[in-house]
Amino acid sequence: MMVEIAINGKKVQVEEGTTILEAAKANQVVIPTLCYHELLEPYGACRLCQVEVIKNGRRTLTTSCNYPITDPIEVETDTEKVRKVRRMVLKLLLARCNTSPKLNQLAVEYGIESSPFELHYDDCILCGLCERVCREIVGANAITFAQRGTERVVVPPFGEEAESCIGCGACVYVCPTNAIQIQENGEEKIIDRWSRVLKLRTCSECGMEFAPDFQLRFIQKKYDLPEDFFDLCRDCRAMKK
Amino acid sequence: MELTVKDIIVKYGSDPSQIIAMLQDIQSAKRYLPEEDLRGLAAALEIPLTRVYRIATFFKAFSLEPKGEHIISVCVGTACHVRGSDRILDELERQLGIASGETSSDQKFSLETVNCLGACALGPVVVTDQEYHGDMTPGQVKKLMENYR
Amino acid sequence: MKRIQSAQGLEAYRQECVAARDPQRTVITICAGTGCQAHGCSNVVDAMQQELDKQGLDQVEVKATGCHGFCERGPLVVINPQGVFYNKVKVEDVPEIIAKTVQKGKVIESLLYALPGSEEKISLEKDVPFYKLQKRIIFGSNGLIDPTSIDDYLAIGGYQALAKALTDMTAAGVLDEVISSGLRGRGGGGFPTGRKWESTRNVESEVKYVICNADEGDPGAYMDRSLLEGNPHAVIEGMLLGAYAVDATDGYVYVRHEYPLAVANLTIAIDAARKMGLLGQNILGSGFNFDIKISRGGGAFVCGESSALIASIEGQVGEPRAKHIHMAESGLWGKPTVLNNVETWANIPVIIDKGAKWFRSIGTKGSPGTKIFSLVGKVNNSGLVEVPMGISLREIIFDIGGGIPGGRAFKAVQTGGPSGGCIPEEHLDIQVDFDELGKVGSMMGSGGMIVMDDRTCMVDVAKYFLNFLKGESCGKCTTCREGILRMYEILDRITRGEGELSDLELLEELAFVVQEGSMCGLGKTAPNPVLSTLRYFRDEYLAHIIDKKCPAGVCKDLIHFEIDPDACTGCHKCARVCPVGAAHGKKKEPHEIDQEKCIKCGMCYDACKFDAVKII
Repeated sequence: MMVEIAINGKKVQVEEGTTILEAAKANQVVIPTLCYHELLEPYGACRLCQVEVIKNGRRTLTTSCNYPITDPIEVETDTEKVRKVRRMVLKLLLARCNTSPKLNQLAVEYGIESSPFELHYDDCILCGLCERVCREIVGANAITFAQRGTERVVVPPFGEEAESCIGCGACVYVCPTNAIQIQENGEEKIIDRWSRVLKLRTCSECGMEFAPDFQLRFIQKKYDLPEDFFDLCRDCRAMKK
Repeated sequence: MELTVKDIIVKYGSDPSQIIAMLQDIQSAKRYLPEEDLRGLAAALEIPLTRVYRIATFFKAFSLEPKGEHIISVCVGTACHVRGSDRILDELERQLGIASGETSSDQKFSLETVNCLGACALGPVVVTDQEYHGDMTPGQVKKLMENYR
Repeated sequence: MKRIQSAQGLEAYRQECVAARDPQRTVITICAGTGCQAHGCSNVVDAMQQELDKQGLDQVEVKATGCHGFCERGPLVVINPQGVFYNKVKVEDVPEIIAKTVQKGKVIESLLYALPGSEEKISLEKDVPFYKLQKRIIFGSNGLIDPTSIDDYLAIGGYQALAKALTDMTAAGVLDEVISSGLRGRGGGGFPTGRKWESTRNVESEVKYVICNADEGDPGAYMDRSLLEGNPHAVIEGMLLGAYAVDATDGYVYVRHEYPLAVANLTIAIDAARKMGLLGQNILGSGFNFDIKISRGGGAFVCGESSALIASIEGQVGEPRAKHIHMAESGLWGKPTVLNNVETWANIPVIIDKGAKWFRSIGTKGSPGTKIFSLVGKVNNSGLVEVPMGISLREIIFDIGGGIPGGRAFKAVQTGGPSGGCIPEEHLDIQVDFDELGKVGSMMGSGGMIVMDDRTCMVDVAKYFLNFLKGESCGKCTTCREGILRMYEILDRITRGEGELSDLELLEELAFVVQEGSMCGLGKTAPNPVLSTLRYFRDEYLAHIIDKKCPAGVCKDLIHFEIDPDACTGCHKCARVCPVGAAHGKKKEPHEIDQEKCIKCGMCYDACKFDAVKII
């Protein structure tokens, strides 16, 4: 069913259940986000995507990433209140991490030169993208949020090596502060942040190390592939066909 | 006989929604949550270890480190705060040589703060191993601790 | 215990219970709530029973009850049917109580309550001003029943409302009665209970839940604990009625981790109700099925927030979710759910029994009924009080509470817990109800009422609440997690004399963003203590920032201790208690405090009997 809403005064038709953020994107209205990823469940943690919604005459401030549209509403994405909140959120995050290209770019856009708060440096802004991609998409469940409040962190269980990590690098890819690094050094794949060291499997044909053994066993099991499916590296497998 | 993960599963069934109650039983029996029990529980409930670890570290009822033989809790609820619980905590920290949340190196004492025992009429209140001591003053702390030396 | 199959069967059994309780029989009730346990009441209970056994007085009953409310004066003993009231009872007093009062009907003067500053002793409970000025329609039952006895509850009229509802009323009729009563949630939000139920009733679902929020996290508030410990059946009956009204099938009571006695008594009560057929299938032959489970919290204030609470029941961390998903449509396990506070549920049987009209005759138009407050802090009569809405703060604090100890001056009363505000003297005459408290910048909250005097620093109070919330925030959203931390840091600097005027502006800006931008009630209300203290005690903030002084004499970095040589007698007491040897001097000569060594613990100030130690 279609619903008619107004975004910044412009009337648009959206499918019921579409989030405000999705509707905005579809209509070329830019709303800043940090913890949002189109392939993951909306999280609502960064508080940057907030907009003002007028419904039944009542005006509220709400996150747009996780607000499903079910009624005709008016959305205002750039009011004074919205800007005030966004600026403070950025100032708070900058006082935590001032080395993120994405955050620094947003700071420029919102005219923030520096944060009024003392820097307590942390390369992680707790957006949760790494933990969510690992749990929701990859299904490895290697890392998790732990503790709460200002002690909240993302770690492997017990702060030890992330034993269920398959070394796919999805967390590296989604992290907005580049806090996670993945390296390969001949025989091993290493994700330092999770203390993860994975031995690479060698191709039974060409002898080249091509992917972490643990990762291959995980994928083979998850997709119910034949045991010997990953005996060969991709190139050798292609040649066999 | 020490409580095992198997005992827990027998009591609660393999219902992951009961995990907080399960962890409370272990904490109660062993004074902390041993890593091996958390791993065993995750396996038995067929849930990721990350979920168990997350819950174990989120709630204040649980501790991953063994608690001391004697637990000293200072109530820092609003009523006790207004009656000066801060000063009592300071004095206890000074006497025990540890900060609140820590356990003494000889494992004898754990010092904690509690956010309201509901014994406000007796405030400030200090609880030592379930025994309540009301109308505390910093001057009484030394005497109180002498009972445990 | 036999299973009861009908309302008539219940009534017949009730009559048996009433008949078994001879109103002329001497019953010694002793408050055994957690507060009095801390006073050592268990020993008094044991001693009382032992002495009765020793004297062969087996027709006299000892009844350990739930909390009576006058916590300042515990252990409390009330001897019925006369209603003789003894306070601060010790084990040593027991033989005399039995010999003199029980056997000879004479009162023991030294155990009677006397008004402060008066010789007049009051012998009967009903005449004690602390109780007389209250209206204990909910809490009063605590003193009459053994909380582990369902028969006691039946004997005072318990489960009559349930029988009436299941026999004479439809589910919609019960709902209408609650709507008409105008009852508003007693947990803090003050949302109209009937309207909440109506939303859930209107959703079609085979499974619906009713939940009792017994997480009671506000420090200084313990009304819910005392209700659950002292009268668990009232809560069970309320939930039964609510479940009937909204077509719910299952119920949960979520009790915070720190309440073991409440869990124990509730468990006993649920078992007894089940055995009697008041929980389970086909209750009283009506076809209505409902049962209750207990879910224990793990130690997290945030789990008092409804969406965090249900996450916890589901076995997840207590992280709240966005507010636009309504509990009535999608709550526990995604099903329609009614979540209410302990006190709210306890009001329901009384409303169904006596009617909405009767309920409305108490309290104010906007807030009918009563409210149980925990009156604590700098007040003479610390305890739990139940008063009609509309009573003034002055009456509660001074008439019932007996005013401020030590004759000190009233400064403020804090209501609403960490979500609330501090109310100064100028508003002492406001009528306490949901709306009036909101107007002065505070809120009802769950009922914590913390009285503060001139020795309480309001900047320190704001810092205290932020410190509390900093540790309790789930940490998910930026504004709450980082915002509260930074507000705390500013307040910390101000209390250490390192504040600047620009800090106040930043504080107010932060407060606005944390309030507007946070996901749940914890974050959204976190700035309230700061905002209310800035509103009424701005001069105190300015004293800390500009003059670098703490007028109340609390903030350690801004005060120092000095001995007045004219008042000092040289008794040497301060030197003896000083843990660091800062207080020193020769006996019989004026002493001094070495400021370099002094750690500002205040023990010399406590010890000095001559008022010679000054806080400057």
